[in-house]
Amino acid sequence: MSNNPYIKFTSQKVAMPYLVFALILFVGQILFGLIMGLQYIIGDFLFPLIPFNIARMVHTNLLIVWLLFGFMGAAYYLIPEEADRELHSPKLAMILFWIFATAGVLTILGYLFVPYAGLAQMTGNDLLPTMGREFLEQPLITKVGIVVVCLGFLYNVGMTVLKGRKTAINVVMMTGLIGLAVMFLFSFYNPDNLTRDKFYWWYVVHLWVEGVWELIMAAMLAYVLIKITGVDREVIEKWLYVIVAMALISGILGTGHHYFWIGAPTVWLWVGSIFSTLEPLPFFAMVLFAFNMINRRRREHPNKAAALWAMGTTVTAFLGAGVWGFLHTLAPVNYYTHGTQLTAAHGHLAFYGAYALIVMTLISYAMPKLRGLGEAADNKAQVLEMWGFWLMTISMVFITLFLSAAGVVQIWLQRMPEDGAALSFMATQDQLMIFYWFRLAAGVVFLVGLVCYLLSFRQRGRAALTTGVVAGHA
Amino acid sequence: MSETFTKGMARNIYYGGSLFFVLVFLALTYHTERTVPERTNSHLLTESVVRGKLVWEENNCIGCHSLLGEGAYFAPELGNVFVRRGGEEGFKFFLPAWMKAQPTNIPGRRQMPQFNLTDAQLDDLAEFLKWTSKINTNNWPPNKEG
Repeated sequence: MSNNPYIKFTSQKVAMPYLVFALILFVGQILFGLIMGLQYIIGDFLFPLIPFNIARMVHTNLLIVWLLFGFMGAAYYLIPEEADRELHSPKLAMILFWIFATAGVLTILGYLFVPYAGLAQMTGNDLLPTMGREFLEQPLITKVGIVVVCLGFLYNVGMTVLKGRKTAINVVMMTGLIGLAVMFLFSFYNPDNLTRDKFYWWYVVHLWVEGVWELIMAAMLAYVLIKITGVDREVIEKWLYVIVAMALISGILGTGHHYFWIGAPTVWLWVGSIFSTLEPLPFFAMVLFAFNMINRRRREHPNKAAALWAMGTTVTAFLGAGVWGFLHTLAPVNYYTHGTQLTAAHGHLAFYGAYALIVMTLISYAMPKLRGLGEAADNKAQVLEMWGFWLMTISMVFITLFLSAAGVVQIWLQRMPEDGAALSFMATQDQLMIFYWFRLAAGVVFLVGLVCYLLSFRQRGRAALTTGVVAGHA
Repeated sequence: MSETFTKGMARNIYYGGSLFFVLVFLALTYHTERTVPERTNSHLLTESVVRGKLVWEENNCIGCHSLLGEGAYFAPELGNVFVRRGGEEGFKFFLPAWMKAQPTNIPGRRQMPQFNLTDAQLDDLAEFLKWTSKINTNNWPPNKEG
């Protein structure tokens, strides 16, 4: 048994460094986001020290890596409890943490301090060219490292599930995590034909974020909802299966909405339009799920903040992934919107709502327990945490609205007119400055929200009566 | 949800539905593979185009530009830059001149780094962008501004 009375198994403690490191990377992501927000307006800001492409690569790669740390931390926390036994090997989990953290930091430093072409040379990209593709910019060695860490991780949590209780939550979570690792293998496949390259690139990117990651999100949500509402597991798990069924039934063929204009055959115009129209459904189901379970709660859990994050992630994911995705997913619409600021708007709210918020939901629930503070942080800390939630979420909604407005104007000026009448890309950008200023302002508010959120971890003492336990620190 | 719809039924829809759509997806992937050679003029995909793609990748062009609408939205679309900037007659002259003139250092303007590409690399890159512009993209982008 654990010497921390708030966690059931001592080995759940390994989740802590993963979750803390995730938040550290999150801070980095936001800082680079602000740099880019300014570069959109003052084009030569920090040039040539940090060119835009480098800032963007750091911004997006930090996002991916912090979410992976978050998912792994979540798995290490919830899988032992669901399996009703200690983690197979806490030691392996810690070794993998240090490997992953070191590789991640070195890769980011490489991006920042070595010219990208030089990094490609140094890391043997000529042997197996995989770099220089959006989101998959990591050097080969980093990609191999990610695979090694994922395999070790899957072995560790997989053994835990195999030897323990198999609940719908840990089965869906495992399926999502295995899918994540398997789909990542396509990042090593980079055909010479650009159309083929793009086609399989989406096997990683789309089948992650609109496929297996949704399983991970749904499993994490179901876990937190069981804990904070006390609703019967049978009910929760039935919902979980319905949601993940909808996610994969719509999401797999929904990949087609990326195959409209890259050289793939015309059948995708239909398949992509029809199935991606269904893609908001799992997110809408998650909204109903969270609100229903919380309304039908059988206990008053002291962690009010966790309930807020849980409801917030479903609503924001539905807006960002569901509504903003549907806005431009039909082929005749996407013909004009593809690759504009509207795409950026959708990307921001979708990733924040679905994945950043689900990780913070789990952190909100698990962190007070991992830190030995109690079932929940004290009232003051929770209020600060909720301020963080609202400031970040509302400012992200505004970022999305401003980028959407920029996107609509861009489409109007640059995409809709005929040749000759259409404004060039750069001339159009000049017309969008006002929106970029507002977006930057919203980004600054986001940072303020993030600071509030981080300050909520300052509480050191226990919130409620407990036995003598040393409080951890974040 | 009603009691007649059980967890087991939901689970079966999840497994059965996913498996079915994975199979449909694989069938469509097969169809795509069959049509890609014609739609992309794969007989024109020369060694130079392949080397040009590597130049494109190893300089992280996608970090600012989009290519067939995918990438970053900070700098112009380049899937059709061949058409926009000179075509058959002019593009081979335009691209090296453009690349060598960067960065412009105009205060406040977005800056493109100097990548110090060799003439051979510039030629390969031009070939890659030329080949890319001829992919059958269902008529995307809507106009030459990209």
